Amino acid sequence: MTTTSHPSYLAPKRRRGSGLTTWADRHIKWLFTAPAIVFVALLIIFPIAYTVFLSFTDSASSVTRPFKFVGFENYATWLTDFERFWPAVGRTAYFTITALVIELVLGLAIALLLRKTFRGQSIVRVFILLPLVATPVAVGMMWLLIFEPSIGFANVLMKSLGLPAQLWLSGTDTALNTIVFIDVWQWTPMVILILLAGLSTLPEEPDEAARVDGANAWQRFRHITLPLLMPTLAAAAILRSIDAMKTFDIIYATKGRTGGSNNEAETLNMLAYNESFGNSQYGSAAALLMLFLMFIIIILTALTILRSKGHRA
Amino acid sequence: MTATAQRPTRSEAAAARVSPPAPRRRKKRLLGPTLRTIAIMVVVLLFVLPLGWMLMAAFKTNLDIVTPSRTFDFTPTLDNFGTVFGAQNFAPFIVNSVVVGVGATIVALVLGVPAAYGIARFRIRNATAFVLLARVIPGVSLLIPWYFLFSQVQLVGTYTALILTHIFVTMPLVVAIMAGFFEGLPEELEEAAQIDGSSRVGAFVRVVLPLALPGVATSAILAFIFSWNNFLFALVLSNQETRTLPVAISNFTSYASVDWGGLMAASVIITVPVMLVALFAQRYVVAGLTAGATKG
Repeated sequence: MTTTSHPSYLAPKRRRGSGLTTWADRHIKWLFTAPAIVFVALLIIFPIAYTVFLSFTDSASSVTRPFKFVGFENYATWLTDFERFWPAVGRTAYFTITALVIELVLGLAIALLLRKTFRGQSIVRVFILLPLVATPVAVGMMWLLIFEPSIGFANVLMKSLGLPAQLWLSGTDTALNTIVFIDVWQWTPMVILILLAGLSTLPEEPDEAARVDGANAWQRFRHITLPLLMPTLAAAAILRSIDAMKTFDIIYATKGRTGGSNNEAETLNMLAYNESFGNSQYGSAAALLMLFLMFIIIILTALTILRSKGHRA
Repeated sequence: MTATAQRPTRSEAAAARVSPPAPRRRKKRLLGPTLRTIAIMVVVLLFVLPLGWMLMAAFKTNLDIVTPSRTFDFTPTLDNFGTVFGAQNFAPFIVNSVVVGVGATIVALVLGVPAAYGIARFRIRNATAFVLLARVIPGVSLLIPWYFLFSQVQLVGTYTALILTHIFVTMPLVVAIMAGFFEGLPEELEEAAQIDGSSRVGAFVRVVLPLALPGVATSAILAFIFSWNNFLFALVLSNQETRTLPVAISNFTSYASVDWGGLMAASVIITVPVMLVALFAQRYVVAGLTAGATKG
């Protein structure tokens, strides 16, 4: 292979090739990207625009039923709904923040634990990968059995430790926290893997210098590793918070379409699904989804600003 | 994961030379690796035990499942799998999941790999925003218009609708992973091929693609796993004939009394294939899942 750095315009005139290949070469940028762009436009941009449109209508019960324009009525109804909407906002925020904090702290601790090489490292990493690739609906079913109040392992364990049995997923007060636990079990591995990848790119010199200067493990972590790892930690936080806010599969699998008989596990995403495909209130559901999307974008913007501040510090 | 005797690294040796060998420190050094090994084992157990529990329950009778004393002491049975394939007739659902997963992966590769090349080589910056957008949008807000659209053209319940919607899951993955991969390939190779008389498209097909095969494998594996695991789209857009595995499993609990053995057997059937893929393609899966996250 001859190594050369000639820019492509210095390439000799092609001997072979019809007008078609010349045309394809000249327009390769758009030729390669256009099919994907058209697909994105047809299946994402147009549908989103249609959802925005529907959010201002009273579309309901059937997709063929004619609907009329109602302005901001759907939005006003949701924003004054203290029965379902605001509790769902609260649950979404509680679920996301709790799961995120636990996953980041636990993920960081485990990543530091697994950082240095040890025998059996690759098999340990495979084990950690398993929850991550397991089908969420099946994971929900698995925990449904483990947390079953009368026959599940969770209460067998509680009793053997001398602790009172819990209702777990079936309890109105405990359901959401139990789902946080399931989310932590399934997604902490994601944080671990991202942080391990981030840790492997850190330079070793500052850590070694501090060690020689007599800094102990905690001081080295607090003042060297943690600041260097901040960008990766922020990236993991953004990825996890986006997904946690939209959690659907495990809630549906463990609590059903309405998030339990008292809606105790009903987050915004669950409420939107129930309103559209449970109650067939498409216009109302579309407005709810727009509000939900706005919340997501606000939180995402806040996190991104925090991250860029962290970069400068 | 037996006890690991770690050789001190160079820096540890340096630290030992600098600081006086206090007895407390020496004891800590012996204790450290053992504690670390125990901690690693606890972590592994926490992540693996629940899956082991599911696996065991799949081979138990329902009587054994509800009897705590038979937690580990039971006679394995294949009856649950018999129920899943017999009474529940799961085989067609497996076929559906494979057809939709393979279809959505192939289309995502055909559309996404050239697009990722274009994004990487011509530095189309807004493209990454699109990939992020796909991750941010709640799936339900696409499902409503899709449901309207597919109802109008009589596509609800068809493979076409399922594959088209699953591409929403698979293509962003392919584009994100492949764009990162192409950025890492030196441009000189393509230029050399062009000087030798190849066209740009020819250079892509004959020089770049063969080099990018590991990346293609990574994104194909992950795309298939994500399509296989997807629940929401098939929940609305499939019917009795085209139902995928996650939807079929979620229907299990709608009966009055739960058949735990059958439910766990069905869960094992759906999770074991993706876990085997993760086991054999661990390096690729990890690379794909963390792609882009560490670039800051």
